[in-house]
Order: sequence, then C-alpha cells, then structure tokens
Amino acid sequence: MTRTRFHQELEELKHRILAMAGMAEQAVDLAVQAYSQRDIAMCQRVLNNESAINRAEREVDEFAVDLLAMQQPMAIDLRFILAVIKINADLERVGDQAVNIAQRVIHMIEYDAKELPVDIPAMAGKVRKMVRDALQSFIEGDADLAKRVLEADDEVDRMNKEAFANLSKCMQTRSDSAAQALDALSIARNLERVADHATNIAEDVIFWIRGADVRHHAGQTASRL
Amino acid sequence: MPNAVEVRNLKAWFGKAEALHGINMAVEQNHATAVIGPSGCGKSTFVRCLNRMHETIPEAKADGEVKIGGMDIYGVPAVEVRRKVGMVFQKPNPFPTMSIYDNVAAGLKLNGTRNRKTLDEVVERSLQQAALWEEVKDLLKKKSGASLSGGQQQRLCIARALAVNPEVMLMDEPASALDPISTAKIEDLIFELKQKLTIVIVTHNMQQASRVAEYTGFFLMGNLVEFDKTEKIFTNPSDKRTEDYITGRFG
Repeated sequence: MTRTRFHQELEELKHRILAMAGMAEQAVDLAVQAYSQRDIAMCQRVLNNESAINRAEREVDEFAVDLLAMQQPMAIDLRFILAVIKINADLERVGDQAVNIAQRVIHMIEYDAKELPVDIPAMAGKVRKMVRDALQSFIEGDADLAKRVLEADDEVDRMNKEAFANLSKCMQTRSDSAAQALDALSIARNLERVADHATNIAEDVIFWIRGADVRHHAGQTASRL
Repeated sequence: MPNAVEVRNLKAWFGKAEALHGINMAVEQNHATAVIGPSGCGKSTFVRCLNRMHETIPEAKADGEVKIGGMDIYGVPAVEVRRKVGMVFQKPNPFPTMSIYDNVAAGLKLNGTRNRKTLDEVVERSLQQAALWEEVKDLLKKKSGASLSGGQQQRLCIARALAVNPEVMLMDEPASALDPISTAKIEDLIFELKQKLTIVIVTHNMQQASRVAEYTGFFLMGNLVEFDKTEKIFTNPSDKRTEDYITGRFG
C-alpha cells in the first residue's frame, strides 16, 4: 500500500511553496534595500513582482486542494498540506507588506533625505532572520528552530514599539520631517507584520511536525514544546 | 459509558502459529470501534474471537478473557455468545433459497420462536433498522434473499443479525464489495445502529474508519499497536508504526 506517487507529489508541493517563499523573501529584501539606497527602480521591481507572487499563491492552493481531494491524506501528510495552505497565505501577505514598504519608500524619496530616530535596516535584519529561520524550519521539518522563531518575535515587537514612540515624538517636534517620519512608521509597522507572518509560519511547522497547535499561546506553550 | 466488550490478554493460534499475542482492549458501549491494519495483522482473527467463530476453524484456538456485557464468553456455550454478538461478513451471505422473510426470521426460528405475530413484528422491525423495509416490504415472501442487489443483500444480512437483538455487532469489511451508494447506506446504518448496540468494524478503508468509528485500533503482526480516539489516530497518532501505515509508507 505504499503511496510513492503521492509522496512525490507532496515533495513537489514543498518545492512549489519554497519557490514562492523565495519570491516573497526577495520582495522584502528588495524593499528594505530600496529604503536604504532611496532607489525608486528597486521599488518598482517590488511592485512588478507582486502579481507573480499572487499567481504562485493560487497555484499552490489549487495543487494542495487537489491533493486533499484526490489523495485523502492522513496524519502527518494531512497536517503538512494544511500547514502549506496556511503558510501559502502568509507568504502572499509578506509579498503585500513588501509592496506597502516599497510604496512608502517611493513617497519618501519625493522629499530630501532626513535623519530619523529609527534604525529600519537593523529591524529589517531581525525580521529577515525570522523569515529565513521559519522557512529553514519548514525545509528541514525542524520544530526546535521554529520555536526559536516564536521567541524572536518579542524583540521585533519591542523594536516596533520603540520606533512608534520615537517617530511619534519626531512628528510632534519636527514638522519638516513629519511626512517622512510617518512613512518610516508605516515601514516599521509593515516589517513587524512580516515578523508576525514568520511567526505564523513557524507555528504551522510545529503543527505539522508535532501535531501541536501553539497559536495565540506561543509565549507560554513554546517553552513546553 | 460502560464497556460493551472487555478483552484481556487475548491470544489466538492457528495450529502452532500464534496469530494474536495478548490483546487488551475495552470497547465502549453504543459506539463504533474500527479495527485497521495490513493484511495478515490479526484484525479479522481478533473480531472472530469476540463471538467464538475463530475456534470453528480446525486446529484454531484462543486463550484469554473476553467479556461481553459482563459475560465471560469462554465460560458459556458458543450458541449463547452468538445470540449476544451478531456478525456481518465481507461478502453478503443470505440463505439463497430462503425468502427475504425467512432469512430474517431464521435466527428466531432456530431459537424456537414460532408465534407468527412475533415473527412478523421482528422481521419488520429488523428490516426497518437495517433500512431495507421500504425496498422489500411487498416482496417479503415472493423473493429470495439471493434475488436482491449486493447492497440490499448486505442489509438483509444485517437485518438477520439484528433479529435476535444482539448487544454487539461485528462487521468484517461489510462494505468492501459494495458500490459507493450502498457503502454510504451501510455507513449511515452504522450511525443508526449505534444508538441500540455496539459495533466493532474491521475495515481496510481508512476513510471509512474515520467516518463511522469513534475509536480505532491499529493492529500489526498480531499486536494492538495503538488504540485511541479515531480523530487522534488519523490526525496525530502516537506510534510511528501507526503513522507509517496510515500515510502509506509501508503496508
């Protein structure tokens, strides 16, 4: 009763979602780089790539639904496909956050560069590592690595709060920088959202590997996993 | 909910070959329990020990304790056990020359019931419970059991088993020879029957197990590897061997 073909198709599903993950990851990298370099062409590339990510999302979903309908997966295979469907939605949203960041950068570039009380590249570095680790945990089926992603989210939340406090103050005290501070605030917020999606992906990996639902209790449950 | 069947250290042999190596299982009353596992794992042998059918095979024997409704089935005559425990097999086996009516009434007549009114009532009730009454009520004495379709024959066999009012119904692959519509009828029927009795069903079809049974036991090489709530077995089994089997990684 070994289901060789089905398991090959699960591998194919994994390859497809990893290809999509690569696109979403690249979009965030490009948007952050565009911020640092004030590069409008990079922003444009992020906007242009969005439709490819959306198309990949639909294709992954269709493939996953076909496998559910045609193969009636069980246990770890069922959990894998459910995890892929949820990870797929998160990756598409990561693509959307990258587009939001790129649009804010385009707006910022309209003004002269200003010194702002926020370290977007540092925050982006943390977020990028979370996304990378979440995807690595998915590639390797490593629930321990996924658990570390959950723990890292607190630091990004803290950075986002700090950015909010500093940039709000900046808007009140430096009217010439208010517009750019608002853009930076939005970029920080979008990066924080990307980190949340990385957290969701990590939770889905834990669900796939251990059958444990750790959503909404990550802080308490992570230590017990 | 009390247990309808309690099995302790059940062993079974075919000649010198031990087919079951000490099974322990408690089957909850008014629920369906599925028994799954690869061919030759002992699942059919297990259910055939629950109504002492196993020992009808030459050289076969069983040892251990099986209690049905508190009665030690190896301490009473086999015929008494089979009054409490009905069985339905993979291939429908109605008595081919008997009418539909006589098929259902056979068990009662064998037990000595001769009263026509009682027989009529039991035949109707059993066919109703087996969801066959509407299809055959005008043909009861005109047609033989063998003249019905495969799905109807299987429901006739269920009605025949129900006629003696069993506490437990054993089903050994009851739908594997049936088309999807007849299969769905049998599965619906299992839901109805659970209100009155307890069902133990052997099946190779894991979707069927997940649809009809609250509990599932996974057998492998004569051992009960895992026994748990069905949703646990099919979404997140505790034993790697169970997971490998139900995901098709061996078998």
